[in-house]
Amino acid sequence: MSTSGDDHDHEHPRNELSAQAKRIYAIRDLLLEKGVISEKDIQDQIEYQEARSPANGAKLVARAWVDPAFKARLIADPKAACAELGIDATALNEFVVLENTKKVRHMVVCTLCSCYPRPILGRPPDWYKSFNYRQRSVNDPRGVMREFGLVLPDDVEVRVHDSTADMRYLVLPLRPKGTGGLSEVELARLVTRDSMIGVMDALPKLPET
Amino acid sequence: MIHPATGRFRPGDAVRVLNEHRPGHIRTPFYIRGKTGWIERVYGDFLNPESLAFGGDGLPRRTLYLVAFKQGDVWGAAQAPTDKLFVDIYDHWLEPASYGGQRDEHIR
Amino acid sequence: MERGHHDIGGLPGAGPIDKSQHELSDWEILADAINQALGAKGVKRTDEMRRAREEMDSEAYREMNYYERWIASMEAILIEKGILKKDEIDKKVVEFEKKWGEP
Repeated sequence: MSTSGDDHDHEHPRNELSAQAKRIYAIRDLLLEKGVISEKDIQDQIEYQEARSPANGAKLVARAWVDPAFKARLIADPKAACAELGIDATALNEFVVLENTKKVRHMVVCTLCSCYPRPILGRPPDWYKSFNYRQRSVNDPRGVMREFGLVLPDDVEVRVHDSTADMRYLVLPLRPKGTGGLSEVELARLVTRDSMIGVMDALPKLPET
Repeated sequence: MIHPATGRFRPGDAVRVLNEHRPGHIRTPFYIRGKTGWIERVYGDFLNPESLAFGGDGLPRRTLYLVAFKQGDVWGAAQAPTDKLFVDIYDHWLEPASYGGQRDEHIR
Repeated sequence: MERGHHDIGGLPGAGPIDKSQHELSDWEILADAINQALGAKGVKRTDEMRRAREEMDSEAYREMNYYERWIASMEAILIEKGILKKDEIDKKVVEFEKKWGEP
């Protein structure tokens, strides 16, 4: 994808961008002119970001589901476990894996801005960054989960984590019942991004393709 | 690399979040100030974001804790009896407290 | 005690979660990449960007979308550090507008 100011963005003609949005092209050119960053620096970051997606997290979860020793390693030292599967989580200062159980579900938010485990999962979804999610997740987590289709009885404990500092959180969803016959690759397809944020459980069965 | 913790608290300690006005870049959310919970984990020492945010060097490092709260203690009501809220809070935003309520054992 | 406009956890009045997802535009991908590149080169820290967003005009904070806020805070920090000047950014925007033509 070219970031040159000469190209036309076919979805949003540049002359129709908001005043604020236009400024990034000016900032880009000035930073390049002054040698603060290079075209390559920008391109490297675009590629770095494109390589990161929920598929990474799903891989970790699926492996944890089939291999209890790996699961223990994932919880004890998540960055090392990522490296085992060839997932580059080095940009993270540290992250914590929150294991869901039959009796406990975790949900992650950053109320103050939108911190998210980007090096593993890629960019956060729009809803995660929304004011409504940031406001409600801490005092109405069950309401939020209900909106994502997850209804939990009172005897299941909900734990909300507000990531206010350098720690990043990844939810390890519960392995759905009746998935004993699925391969690791198939299991990974049950692990949605939203289940690793914690607003829903993993899919109960493979989605129709 | 996580720096070893030098702070005052250990897992299980009851703590109260300070309820002070401090200027600048603060990562202790408004809703948790003045609330009482307990130390769940000691994460280690980190550069202080309050200094980093203004181009400072972030020193001295501050101990970061995972602090647990019962939802009822934060909002006055909870959606379910054992629901909890966990916030990452630095040592200098906490003071020792005596925990009057029941803490609950870990549920697994 | 003054509560920052960013410090919204638990505030009443929040509505349902809008689950729609928009595909990022070129300008958003660019904002994201430049922000990361500036961080990688040690030009600025994430903490400075957060602080700049906290210092924004509160109405602008609520009105702007996510990446618009990033661009605003990036500009504020680059100007604060003396790397760019507001008038040269303004001038460059006018040059681009001439190139892109009337909407």
